[in-house]
Amino acid sequence: MEYEVVIGMETHVELDTHSKMFCACSARFFGAEPNVNVCPVCLGMPGALPVINRRAVEFAMMVGLALNCQIARHTFWERKSYWYPDLPKGYQISQYQRPLAYDGWLDVDVRDLSTGNWSEESVRRRIRIRRAHLEEDTGKLTHVGDKSYVDYNRSGVPLLEIVTEPDIRSADEAYAYLSALQQLVRYLGVSTGDMEKGAMRCEPNMSLRPKGSAGFGVKVEIKNLNSLRAVRDAIAYEIRRQTALLERGEAVQQVTMGWDESRGVTVVQREKESAHDYRYFPEPDLPPLEIDDAWLEDVRRRVPELALARQDRYRRDFGLSAYDAVQLTSDRAIADWFEQVIAAAPAGDLRARAKAAANWIQTEVFRLMKANAIPNAEIASIKPQPQQLAELIGLVEQQVINLNTARQVFEEMFATGAAPRAIVEAKGLAQVSDVDALRQVVAEVIAAHPSQVQQYRSGQEKVFGFLVGQVMKATKGKGNAQVINRLLREALKP
Amino acid sequence: MLTVAEVERIAWLARLALSESEKARYASQLSAILDYAAQLAELDVEDIPPTASVLAVHSVMREGDEIVAGLPRADALRNAPDTDGVSFVVQATFDDE
Repeated sequence: MEYEVVIGMETHVELDTHSKMFCACSARFFGAEPNVNVCPVCLGMPGALPVINRRAVEFAMMVGLALNCQIARHTFWERKSYWYPDLPKGYQISQYQRPLAYDGWLDVDVRDLSTGNWSEESVRRRIRIRRAHLEEDTGKLTHVGDKSYVDYNRSGVPLLEIVTEPDIRSADEAYAYLSALQQLVRYLGVSTGDMEKGAMRCEPNMSLRPKGSAGFGVKVEIKNLNSLRAVRDAIAYEIRRQTALLERGEAVQQVTMGWDESRGVTVVQREKESAHDYRYFPEPDLPPLEIDDAWLEDVRRRVPELALARQDRYRRDFGLSAYDAVQLTSDRAIADWFEQVIAAAPAGDLRARAKAAANWIQTEVFRLMKANAIPNAEIASIKPQPQQLAELIGLVEQQVINLNTARQVFEEMFATGAAPRAIVEAKGLAQVSDVDALRQVVAEVIAAHPSQVQQYRSGQEKVFGFLVGQVMKATKGKGNAQVINRLLREALKP
Repeated sequence: MLTVAEVERIAWLARLALSESEKARYASQLSAILDYAAQLAELDVEDIPPTASVLAVHSVMREGDEIVAGLPRADALRNAPDTDGVSFVVQATFDDE
């Protein structure tokens, strides 16, 4: 029998605010000494009162809007009670009945990455978002022997839990969803989305059912996934494990599996999922939250155009390939920079200019940034301004310089920040397009290489390249290649 | 009237150790409290939206997202059941229920 996997995803995203969700302690826990960013509120001391961090709410609203969600206009906080040492109050302040955002969706392009090669083809899938609610993170436990060491720096850091409907149908789709979500929070600037550092944590739940049937099979949860790749590998592994069980006529147990990265297998982490009694009830220490039109519209204006929308636009308006569009939108800073190059280009063939800008960014710009250890997100800090790259592209288009010279000029721009035209003039790099001058050089080269000329005339076309090279060399690389080609062909006619 | 088993369950959720006589005493006291609250069930609240808060204010927030230093670590750890001077130290717990 053929089986189909049904996956729902629960993702926790740590919001990148300066201070915590309900107190003014620093929210930067990663790499800090234990228990240095704590106060009576995030230590759960009696009598300490929480206060809502407005920026955390706005970040959560931005994610909700970007996920096409409804935003709750009246919401409130609730206590989720459970007993664990990383939770100093004995409850977590969360949202249950009224999540801040609900009923949304995220479109993702799913590519077959199994070959390891890029695929221009993709399938667009819509993953529905059930809810996204705000809560506070817990502290961190380190177990040593029979002791647990508790660090409360992370306690109270704002956390957004995003829950999908069970709409994901393969490991590749899970990967595509999660990388799109990671890109989304980065575009919004609300989280680092760094899975390795725990700023984004995901717990897929999955079940298999006979293909084409409507019910759900036994649900298995997977934990301990610290990278996008781990998510894909763990789901692919679980599909194989559960399919083998079902094919042998055995039942899948309802368990929580943990991903063992080093061995590439899932192992049972918890045998039985007991139904937790969290005893949710409204948080008496916090007033409810009302979101009016003015606030919502103000936040909506801060949501930028996202990667997928830009990819579609680049392909439609600029005729770029899917590959170019994906590369240029990988980072919001790159996409913004690319668009500034386009905007600065003088009127002309938009598609040709866009293609040229795309090529320049993916080759010379990325090469020099990499050589200078500048991350993509910091492209705005490089010396050449987008307008200057547009000007350089214009110089090539107007045949003032050829492409090889342009690459030298760009290196100079990258090093000094000088304007391209100034570099061309200062170094005398403008290409020689003067037909009479070039005709003279062509004649000299022909006279100096009689045997090559003879070979060419007897049908050895490849010698032509050699002769072009000689002319170019005589012009110190500044000759206009098109003019040289034309003049040489004319002169070589028998 | 609450059963002793129910009292034991509630005591466990609150992490309270009760003696046998306390269990009997709390069974009657908790029952009285629950009976008192149960009077509310006699009312028809069909058309009344649930009340999450009785406060007259809403949307009180901390503006500016500014960091304010909290407690010095030594003070934070002062009430810890056990500490190594850096962390709170507790008996290892591996499962949440």
